[in-house]
Amino acid sequence: MRPRSQGTRKVINFLSLLASGCAALIGIAFLIWILWDVIAQGISAINWQFFTQLPAPPGIKGGGLANAILGTIIITIIATVLGVPIGILAGTYLSEFGSGRLAATVRFLSDIFVSAPSIVIGVFVYAILVLPMHSFSGLAGGVSLAIIMIPVVTRTTEEMLRLVPNQMREAALALGAPYWHMVWNVAYRSARAGMLTGILLAIARVAGETAPLLFTALNSPYWPQGLTKPMANLTVTIFNYAMSPYSDWQAKAWGGALVITIGVLAANIFARVFIRSKKNKG
Amino acid sequence: MKEKSTRFSAVWEAIFKFLTHGAGVFILILLFSMLGVLTYVAWPSIKKFGLSFLWSTAWNPVTNQFGALTTIVGTLVSTALAMILAVPLAFGVAIFLTELSPTVLRPIFSVAIELLAAIPSIIYGMWGLFKLAPINADYIQPWLSKHLGFLPLFQGPPMGIGMFTAGIVLAIMILPFMSSVMKDVFEMTPKVLKESAYGLGATTWEVVWQVVLPYGKRGVVGGLFLGLGRALGETMAVTFVIGNAHQLSWSLFMPSNTIASTLANEFTEASSPIYLAALVELGLVLFLITFIVLGLAQWWLNRSVPKEAR
Amino acid sequence: MSRFLPEGLNAKIEVKNLNFFYGKVQALFDNNIDIAEKRVTAFIGPSGCGKSTHIRTYNRMYSLYKDHRAEGEILLDGKNILADDVDLIDLRSRVGMVFQKPTPFPMSIFDNVAYGLRLKGRFSKSELEDRVEQALKDAALWDEVKDSLHSLGTALSGGQQQRLCIARAIAVEPEVILMDEPCSALDPVATYKIEDLLTRLKERFTIVIVTHNMQQAARVSDFTAFFYLGRCVEFGPTDELFTKPKKKETEDYITGRFG
Repeated sequence: MRPRSQGTRKVINFLSLLASGCAALIGIAFLIWILWDVIAQGISAINWQFFTQLPAPPGIKGGGLANAILGTIIITIIATVLGVPIGILAGTYLSEFGSGRLAATVRFLSDIFVSAPSIVIGVFVYAILVLPMHSFSGLAGGVSLAIIMIPVVTRTTEEMLRLVPNQMREAALALGAPYWHMVWNVAYRSARAGMLTGILLAIARVAGETAPLLFTALNSPYWPQGLTKPMANLTVTIFNYAMSPYSDWQAKAWGGALVITIGVLAANIFARVFIRSKKNKG
Repeated sequence: MKEKSTRFSAVWEAIFKFLTHGAGVFILILLFSMLGVLTYVAWPSIKKFGLSFLWSTAWNPVTNQFGALTTIVGTLVSTALAMILAVPLAFGVAIFLTELSPTVLRPIFSVAIELLAAIPSIIYGMWGLFKLAPINADYIQPWLSKHLGFLPLFQGPPMGIGMFTAGIVLAIMILPFMSSVMKDVFEMTPKVLKESAYGLGATTWEVVWQVVLPYGKRGVVGGLFLGLGRALGETMAVTFVIGNAHQLSWSLFMPSNTIASTLANEFTEASSPIYLAALVELGLVLFLITFIVLGLAQWWLNRSVPKEAR
Repeated sequence: MSRFLPEGLNAKIEVKNLNFFYGKVQALFDNNIDIAEKRVTAFIGPSGCGKSTHIRTYNRMYSLYKDHRAEGEILLDGKNILADDVDLIDLRSRVGMVFQKPTPFPMSIFDNVAYGLRLKGRFSKSELEDRVEQALKDAALWDEVKDSLHSLGTALSGGQQQRLCIARAIAVEPEVILMDEPCSALDPVATYKIEDLLTRLKERFTIVIVTHNMQQAARVSDFTAFFYLGRCVEFGPTDELFTKPKKKETEDYITGRFG
């Protein structure tokens, strides 16, 4: 036997770990850099007017994005109202009745659906709602976000319900509970914290979506005027303003970016803290 | 006490079954109707251009000649660039998180990575436009042309806006997602396995390379494919910085286009029915490409789950 | 007139030629047993011998799973519960069950006990409170929880949780209570409390208990069935089975030569 040099092995070890440390450093540095820019540029654009006033015409200083913030909230609520119940029901189907071929197909396709390109969903909703109604609308925006939400909620609901021990289900059924009653009063209750977290994360995800809104909700310089009219929303506004040549609009885009980022991160952090505190309670 | 009627209960049971099964089937219907509707709306374009749509480089709204090749190539190139940059970095981040960082800080780092994966892509795109593009134009691209300019890839004017910047922004955007997937896979390696390797005198790197990585190989590959699927369909991180130009070029510095960015830029401006149909057909092509990639990823991941774990 | 029970005892459940299948695998072979009314019957035997499988046919719990299948007859008060037209909800409110691990629902102690009652019918508030209190008293848990009825059932200790589950099962006044190794997750003190409880509950309920603890079977039961490899090898009064086993396998098992 020719002994391998311990020294060479140690050098290889050191160099490769150094490389991976550097990779981590580069990756994390970029991400901190982005966050830093969003915060620094965003804060200077945000003031009281930003949250309370309509946008000012191009080139004129002042104004705010109040209509876009309101519109994003409305569209997200529509998406939640439509998407969450369907997602929960489908997740219940997968976890409680999901042993057959059909369920396996649904599971497989929702896994794909979770990462499907959101802009294509926008095109789809354009075809089924915007074309027949002859108008871009907040409703269409809400529907496209709902479609994005459904598979996400479905999969988390299934995962959380699967964590409920089977004996708990049997215990309820052994008392003579009908299946639906057991699911509603025992299984959902046991899985509640996890399901709520999943829903919250899904909402946070769609609230930051831009692509599917570009040609469904479109955008508008006015306050929301009903669900069948184009509706202002934060993300498309950020896109339009950032691409515009006016520096005041670009500043507003940074402000909007900060608002969206804080909103999404806050929802994520809240969801994590929430599930942790629930877990500790048992 | 009043007895509850069992018939009432049976009705509820039926409704419950109907609603849950219906919701499950709804997902199937949704997916297939997406395929159907997109095909239907794209039909004029499919009929007019046929299969040659896929390899034609034409894109002329004035003469109504459309082809998908430039955008397909743009989508593939930007994704490839992003993967080349992001995969090694994600690998490094995952090793760092699971093996190197101090144990106390690990949960903090992990949460941070997951939070970053949740940031909307529009933020990355916007940052790319305002911050990264100027730096690329002023420093990085001139440096690359000077030292690697003999390659056609790095020739051309350093404008900042173009394929190169798009690839980098896309890489930064998928980095947190891929890191957290890889980290989850690495963490699944049983402790005993790692400890027995250490017990034989292996170095940290040898444990990672010879134990952790082979153990999680399937998960890593599946995770990479998921990242790939996301990058292919990503819109906002790319649209800001790619320049929206329908041209094929060897140079990464030239403005270009992806399917998603073309849709984002031109959809609301489609002035003629055939223009709109061509755009929808682009969407259909993107849908099919990502569907295949993500389908392969899921199939691969499902296969890798040991039976007893299901 | 019963097949296996001494004169004067009524058979609440008669099991006739019961065979059970998990898909293609047969788990029970031709089981024949009588369960005496208002007595405790214990099922003993090594792990995997089919005693849990057997008990889960009495309330058709196996019907939840697609490829689980039982053949033969199980007569509850003379009526075959394996028949297709049996109302499972009704059956299960007559045959209650307590599981190996405590399974408190994620709700208050009160709501846990009231769960089955609310399923059965509408009670006035005071009626409900009385029934819950009585069930908790019957389960010897009342004194420990009467001041915290509205805190979570999951916050109790393991032994308390199991008694809560017993209270929940008896609150609906079932005729039979099935217990699938109810003490295997509990410490000796908690186990003692539950055994003590059983001897009092048998005045009102027919009790079937699965256990792999032979001392426990000897202490609490009137009749014992020994299961081995999916067959009911021997069945008889507990004192006879433990002192004068008729079969070689039974003797080997109770003298500790295997299992």
